[in-house]
Amino acid sequence: MTTRSFPLPSQIADVPGAEGWEQMYPYFTRFQPEDDQRFWFYNSMHFPEVIPAFDGVTSEIPYTAIGANLARLFSFPTTLGIEYRIVNGRVYITANPVLDPEEIERRLPHFQERAGYYYANWDRLYGEWQQRMDALIAEIEAVEVPVLGDLDDISVVTSGRGYATNHLLRENFHRCIDLYSKMWHYHTEMLQLGYGAYVVFFEFCKQAFPEMGDQMVARMVAGMDVTMYRPDDELKKLAALAVELDVADLFVEGADPAKVLSSLGERGGNGQRWLAAFEEAKDPWFHVSVGDGFYHHHLSWADDLTVPFAALPRYVEQIRAGEDLTRPTERLAEERDRIADEHRALLGSEEEKAAFDQMLGLCRQVFPYIESHKFYCEHWFTTRFFQKIRAFGQLLASRGVLREADDVFHLRSVEVEDALVDVMLAWAGGGTELGARHWQPIVARRKEILEALAQWSPPPALGPVPPALNDPAVKMLWGITDDTVQTWLGDESLDENTVRGYAASPGVVEGVARVLMNVNDIGSIREGEILVCPVTAPSWGPVFGKIAAAVSDIGGTMSHAAIVAREYGMPAVVGTGQATAKIQTGDRVRVDGDRGIVTVLR
Amino acid sequence: MTVLPFAELGRDDVPAAGGKGASLGELLRAGIRVPDGFVVTTTAFRTAVGGLGLAERVSALDPDGDLAGPCAELRAVVETAPLPDDVAAAITAAYEALGEPDLPVAVRSSATSEDSAEASFAGLQDTYLWVRGADAVLEAVRRCWASLYSVESVSYRLRRALAEDDLAMAVVVQRMVDSRSSGVMFTRSPLNGDRSVVCVDASWGLGSAVVSGEVTPDSFVVSKVTGEVAKRFIATKCTWHRPDPRGSGVIDRDVPGELQDIPSISAEELAALVATARAVEAHYGSPQDIEWAIDDSGELFLLQSRPETVWAEKDAAAAPVATPAARPFDHVLNVLGGKKQGA
Repeated sequence: MTTRSFPLPSQIADVPGAEGWEQMYPYFTRFQPEDDQRFWFYNSMHFPEVIPAFDGVTSEIPYTAIGANLARLFSFPTTLGIEYRIVNGRVYITANPVLDPEEIERRLPHFQERAGYYYANWDRLYGEWQQRMDALIAEIEAVEVPVLGDLDDISVVTSGRGYATNHLLRENFHRCIDLYSKMWHYHTEMLQLGYGAYVVFFEFCKQAFPEMGDQMVARMVAGMDVTMYRPDDELKKLAALAVELDVADLFVEGADPAKVLSSLGERGGNGQRWLAAFEEAKDPWFHVSVGDGFYHHHLSWADDLTVPFAALPRYVEQIRAGEDLTRPTERLAEERDRIADEHRALLGSEEEKAAFDQMLGLCRQVFPYIESHKFYCEHWFTTRFFQKIRAFGQLLASRGVLREADDVFHLRSVEVEDALVDVMLAWAGGGTELGARHWQPIVARRKEILEALAQWSPPPALGPVPPALNDPAVKMLWGITDDTVQTWLGDESLDENTVRGYAASPGVVEGVARVLMNVNDIGSIREGEILVCPVTAPSWGPVFGKIAAAVSDIGGTMSHAAIVAREYGMPAVVGTGQATAKIQTGDRVRVDGDRGIVTVLR
Repeated sequence: MTVLPFAELGRDDVPAAGGKGASLGELLRAGIRVPDGFVVTTTAFRTAVGGLGLAERVSALDPDGDLAGPCAELRAVVETAPLPDDVAAAITAAYEALGEPDLPVAVRSSATSEDSAEASFAGLQDTYLWVRGADAVLEAVRRCWASLYSVESVSYRLRRALAEDDLAMAVVVQRMVDSRSSGVMFTRSPLNGDRSVVCVDASWGLGSAVVSGEVTPDSFVVSKVTGEVAKRFIATKCTWHRPDPRGSGVIDRDVPGELQDIPSISAEELAALVATARAVEAHYGSPQDIEWAIDDSGELFLLQSRPETVWAEKDAAAAPVATPAARPFDHVLNVLGGKKQGA
């Protein structure tokens, strides 16, 4: 085995044209000299792109929640939380394992008491979690972005409210940040424990059946929970309804959603019925991000109807051709049980079978949470959150502080507060906001920096390789193992036409690549092409009916692309880190979903 | 009986037909296709070789002395002593009953011993492929018998002090399949013992090239549960064994260039192999080590199946991966708490 190591954080070179990037992120995200002693890896799964200044909250806040959950709430014995740093706009993370046996021993009884309580009361707590999450989403939706009129409304006086509306600028903006923080605490509340149950069953399967692929374990566990498939299912239902109501002729490729909607309004009762169904489906199922919920520019279907409307014509076509588009949940459930039963029967002893039953049972109990939390947290809540922030951006733009609403995402959240105070003061004092002069050059410069940083190829990891990679808790948190690190270390031996990732769905296919950086472009893909994209989310669902294989920059074996590719029975390689950078539309590529390798055949 | 057709044999017939012969009969009973053939039984061996007085001569040898000369003499005795007429007639009749004149057959020794070390001595050397004509078959049978007097075999028995009077060997005579592709397969991973997969090695031509290790075969790991190919490696296959065009025997040749880098079996053939492997394993109730062949028309045959022994022994010694806990979530508390599973 090689003793090579990764570059040290202090050796990372500046990117030309990106001078001053540090100002976009808080001081505590910067690499320190002593960080050279530790192992860091690029969190390409969650942060595949350069982080705009505001979007820094999508690393800062999750890591405050995850660490607190592990270290302070549940007292995980072998691990504390995750630390992160940002360099050249990319997030690097490291876990803090507990290595001292005495300290592990000290933490253990607390872990058993606390985690044991959650497992023992899982169903009740999950029910309550859903209620709390619903309430939290209602809260973020209810946050008002204040309107500053010439005079405050008379009701402010007659109700004796006691404070003028400019006060609410900061309070309500801050409420968004606070609710976002709380959402991440809820997000991690049960997730680490849920993953824990999965990891333990996974390890058991890998020992009992060393040849078993990651996806086979997932297939034994994966529930029939439909939450993550629901947006796509709703679209299919709308397509079927359009055919049934004889309004399907309006859904043609490339049509402007607004025009389609207004045409429907002119189609009498049938059109109205379709529009009613559409409104019904939209909330909440169109609050689905086109990404993974970590960037402000990953809009939702509700934000940008071109995505769902790009999918509708094809569904209409399929339904007219007599295809059944409903997910075969019954067949999938039978298949899941058959796979589990047959593996169980292959175990060597009755003891192992009994242990298998326990672990699988627990996994299936916790899995509905694991599968559906994403829709509630990263999609529904987060797209609503970014909508609110964008509305504050609109306020700042309307007051002349920013040029346009989306410029707000080039300010850190504390800087947004400053800008809001500027408005609060100007409105109160009768003066003019000073922010235009201050913020607009900063925003312009930061846009240049982001462009420059996008050209940088981040190394997969930094610093010396650590000893404690095989602790199940660390493995669970990082999603990487000794094997992953060895693959990264060996990356140099791969030629430049090869990209390596996770073998997410088996099979080998050759074909022409179509690189799509954005779900909005899915209309351009041709039948039989190979999709190469940064990441897929439920909004990409429609594309899987056309393509021959899928390749993504980010994602693991449980990612959306992996799950859907397996369901469609097509090869997939995910988490390549660099497929969209190395592959171009029109390249002939071979996707080896058995080994996780994509080769450009030039 | 000196000769028994496969159809009359089953797994209990090891004393008469040897392990290989009994297994071919058993496969046939399980409804698995095997090339037609018969076994020259241990009775035939005793009739033909038992009266040659070799037992005393072996017992008199010094295991630490020079065995090469004496063994060569013993083998010559077996190979040249006249065959009893009834034995020769029975073998000739059975051979002719297989079909066309000069039908190519494989002649293989089939040891009665359960001892795998001894069985593995027999194995390769004592297989004669593409044998044609009754006289050639008789000669190959005697060579198989004579292999019991090889230096390795004799010294092994002497060191173990095995009784020469119990010595016997059956010989399998089986119609040759002119394999387009062939190989071996295991109903659990030979590398890690995984019971959920069938591991298939395949190459072009006769299986002897794979068994002897002269070629790096294509290899496949297939899930028994889903039939999905979990691993697939297509090797560059340089050598293949083919029937000698001069009429008998086998030669090795370079694989034609256009075949070297393409899979030696199709996806459908792989699926058929896996289905057959599972059927054989289910029939025996234990993991199997199987030799197979596919002829030009795509017909699949099994040439041999024997129990897998290496991992069976390890299993017996190994602790379970995990045992049930008081509460299901105790597994998680233990593992994430820093304890090993199963501890």
